[in-house]
Amino acid sequence: MALLSSKTKAVLLGPLNKNNPVIVQVLGICSALAVTSKLEPSLVMAIAVVLVTAFANVIISLLRKSIPNRIRIIVQLVVVAALVTIVSEVLKAFAYDVNKQLSVFVGLIVTNCILMGRLEAFALGNGPWPSFLDGIGNGLGYGWILVVVGFFRELLGSGTLMDIQVVPEAFYNAGYENNGLMMLAPMAILLVACIIWVHRSRNKELQEETN
Amino acid sequence: MEAISLIVRSIFVDNMIFAYFLGMCSFLAVSKNVKTALGLGIAVTFVLVITLPLNYLLENYVLKAGALAWLGDEYTTMDLSVFSLLIFIAVIASFVQLVEMIIERFSPSLYASLGIFLPLIAVNCAILGGSLFMQQREFANVGLATAYGFGSGIGWLLAIVGMAAIREKLEYSNVPKPLKGLGITFIITALMAIGFMSFAGIDI
Repeated sequence: MALLSSKTKAVLLGPLNKNNPVIVQVLGICSALAVTSKLEPSLVMAIAVVLVTAFANVIISLLRKSIPNRIRIIVQLVVVAALVTIVSEVLKAFAYDVNKQLSVFVGLIVTNCILMGRLEAFALGNGPWPSFLDGIGNGLGYGWILVVVGFFRELLGSGTLMDIQVVPEAFYNAGYENNGLMMLAPMAILLVACIIWVHRSRNKELQEETN
Repeated sequence: MEAISLIVRSIFVDNMIFAYFLGMCSFLAVSKNVKTALGLGIAVTFVLVITLPLNYLLENYVLKAGALAWLGDEYTTMDLSVFSLLIFIAVIASFVQLVEMIIERFSPSLYASLGIFLPLIAVNCAILGGSLFMQQREFANVGLATAYGFGSGIGWLLAIVGMAAIREKLEYSNVPKPLKGLGITFIITALMAIGFMSFAGIDI
């Protein structure tokens, strides 16, 4: 048996493009935009979300037959909160500076709608292995948006990438200025709007009829 | 006086949506018409006003380093802050469930109009965000924490109602096809956020 059948492949790769959690399903924007002013915190956040989504999906999928329906949201939140606590403690131990930059937004992964959305829509009805792949796929779909936004904001806003100067000194001498506007939070949301614009121009079936 | 200044600051300067982008999911999903937006805004404010002081008390009498000192001398070195995330979200989720049951029992008509939003509130980032910011800012007393919750809630309500009003008018505009719906909503949010930035630096 192949490791990935065509169905599980769709589960893994769909969220990267046609079924992207951020720009198509509109999930998880809350904790995303405030951390993208630099590339490094965006990357760390993306990795954290991939891990938490994947393992929360697996755990809930294993428990799915024994959770009473009425209190399932509380059970899901507790599982997710426990995982996020682990991630946040690991970050505090090994990447303290990044943890400082992310401040409350690591904790806010708990209420990231991607998690609840995937747990409700997928993990409650599928086995552990597809759930794991679904978690990885959705985490990555969320992650690449973060990384793209972080890349452009850091490049245009401070002329660096991962804190390494990439815009040559000669540009500044010729009169090039960093665009301070890119460092402001609203620009993150505007960049996501641009990604949506490009994405929907290429995928016409995703365009909406009404405003 | 301090409380009033805190309320005004959290409505305009530290607006949950425009300064921190918290609660964006329901903000984007439920801002299609003013009436439902208002309903959700009120529900969010209500939950914030109740859960913030609750979490404040838990933080200061149970979770913080040395907070358990009132139990006896041997507890003064206890630090339970690792569990704060778990406790906060448990308080919020169970409170939302409680509110849902109470409203269902005593006011079925309100339940029918709010019904779908109530479970959504448990995962609204603005609520948990409020508690986490409260923990970070270390307010002096429970009154200030409540004031902060109230201000954040009103700020959120103002933002979602304003957004819904704009989107109602947007029906009649000619928007480029790929930007229809989600795209244009994002751009408007960004423009509103830039507008709200002009409040930054106001000190009352």
